Formats: sequence, structure tokens, C-alpha cells
Amino acid sequence: MADRPEPDGIVLTEAQKRSRRRRSIAIALALGVLVVLFFAVTLVKGPAVLNRPL
Amino acid sequence: MSVVDHNTIELAPRISEAEVSDYIALLKPRVMSLVVFTALVGLVIAPGHFHPVLAFTSLLCIAVGAGASGALNMALEGDIDAKMSRTANRPIPRGRITKPEAMAFGMTLAFFSVITLGILVNWIAGSLLAFTIFFYVVIYTIWLKRRTAQNIVIGGAAGSLPPVVAWAAATGSLSVEPLLLFLIIFFWTPPHFWALALFRSDDYARAGVPMLPVVAGPDATRLQILLYTIVLVAVAAAPWPLGYFDAIYGMASLILGGGMLALAVNVYRRRERARSLRATRKLFAFSIFYLFALFATLGLEVAFRAIAPTIW
Repeated sequence: MADRPEPDGIVLTEAQKRSRRRRSIAIALALGVLVVLFFAVTLVKGPAVLNRPL
Repeated sequence: MSVVDHNTIELAPRISEAEVSDYIALLKPRVMSLVVFTALVGLVIAPGHFHPVLAFTSLLCIAVGAGASGALNMALEGDIDAKMSRTANRPIPRGRITKPEAMAFGMTLAFFSVITLGILVNWIAGSLLAFTIFFYVVIYTIWLKRRTAQNIVIGGAAGSLPPVVAWAAATGSLSVEPLLLFLIIFFWTPPHFWALALFRSDDYARAGVPMLPVVAGPDATRLQILLYTIVLVAVAAAPWPLGYFDAIYGMASLILGGGMLALAVNVYRRRERARSLRATRKLFAFSIFYLFALFATLGLEVAFRAIAPTIW
């Protein structure tokens, strides 16, 4: 069986992978909060939220 | 023929190791807490019913907008922060986050906070929040900070706007009451920051920031602190006799103002190095308590009156 080829290009260190993962989770949580917020305000304001003048 | 042989040059891209906590530090959480608190009082004293979900949305947007201003400020002042002991541990001087990363982070938060407040609450509040961020970043950070000793006086307008934004979010309009809150924070800012600048003047001088103690000297700064404190105490008490806020607020403003004035007089009188330093630190610490206590009294007074109008 052939050895796995060495990856070429940039290889992240463990510390870089860990910090990137934490940042990604934080972004996902922030987006989740934004979705919930828009959903909750739509419930509060009702369908008219889409028909308001700018 | 190309002068540079691109085949032989390989620039290693920088891979970030910044933690979430580094990005949170960019938001200036302590400043943000004061912003959120003053905005909360702006919401509480606003007339009429404001749905709790919309109130929470407004506070969140104002908090994120304040954080965006902090991140953009740090992105633009990385060189100054690196020279000052108070700020040398911030994420940019430490090399945790680059200036372009901080700039992108701040712009993204600014965009989303303004758009969200505008769409979900109202566009008067959204526009005011956008103006607040613009004022802090462009007028204060880029234009005034490195040019004039009046930087924090004029720039203080940005920090004074959150209760006005909150009032606009709750009512969809503006009125005298939020402008009174604006004036209180506006006149509170110079004594607060000049007290800090007095015991950090070496820092500011090293960084080349023309704060008043660096440009005009400590004695002139002490006089200005005293004069602004006198105006602050008068401005903070004025809403009571004018009939905008009630007696409990009025009494609190006079008692707290008396404390603030006594400490400002102390700063003016103490000129010897050690005693002057102590007096200035006391004024700086008390000024934070002063604003929190003054706004808390106002918020509680209005909240109690709304909850128990008959007892009140």
C-alpha cells in the first residue's frame, strides 16, 4: 500500500487549527443569534414587518 | 522581461492564532458596559410601551455598535497603543490581531448593528447609531485625537449619544429628556478623561497624543477639570427644577455632584507629586461611580413610578 502523500501548501499547526475552530464556532453562534433575533422580531411585529416604509 | 522573478519569491501567508477573547478585547468591554447602561436608562425613561424583544434588540445593536467603534479605534491607533503602558497589552500591539483584521471585524459589526437596528426597530435610531460610530471613528479617532487638546471634549459627543439612540429606538422621535442625558455625559467626559490623562501624562507624551496635561501642563488641566465639574454639577441638577426629572433624582444629583466637586477641588489644590496623584486617581474612580449612580437613580425612579404609580 502506498504511503499517504505529503500535503503541499500550507499546513496549520495544532494551535492554529484550535483557534480557527473556536473562531468559527463564535461566528456560527453570532449568526444563530441574528437568525433568532430576526425571527423573534418578526413574530412580535407580525407580517406587517415586511410592508413598512423605509 | 520581469525584474522580479516570481518563481523564486514565496511569501508565507500569516495564519492567525487569535482567540475569541482577543476579538472580545477589541470591543472594549468596559466602555461597552457603560454605553449599555446609559442606553438602558434612555430606554427606561422613554414614554410609552416598548416591547421587551425590541428593547433587547435595541440594546444589543447599541452594544455591538459601540464594540465596532472600539475595534475600529484600536485598528487606527495601533501605533499609539504600542507606546502606552495602559494599552500595550491590547490585541494589536501584542501581534494577536493585525490592523486589517481589526478593521474588517469593526466594519462588519458596524454594518450589521446599524442595519439590524434600522430594519428591526426604526431608521431614526439606526441613523443615529451610524452617526455615533462615524463620529467616534472619523471625527474623534482620525481627525481630533492626534491634532488638538480638545479631542476628548468634542469627541465626547460620541460617548454621549447612546441614551439618545435608545430613546429614539423606543419612541421613534427625539425629545428634551434624552438631550439632557446627552449633556450630562458630554460634560462628565472632560473631568473623567483629563483625570486619567493627568496620571498617565507620561504615556500620552511618549505616544505624541496632545492631551491637555501634555500640551497645557498639569495646572491648566486641574483648572479645566474644576470648571467642567462645576458645569457638570449644574447641568446634572438642572432637569429637576426644570421639571423633567423628579426630586429623588434631583437630590441624588446634588449629593453626587457635591462629591464630584469636592474631589475636583482637591485635585485643583493638591500640587505635590504624591498627593496630587492620589487626588487625581480618586477623582477618576469616583467619576465612574458618579455616572453609574446618577443614571441608576434616574432609571430606578422612573421604573418604580411606572410599576407603582399610586405609592409613588
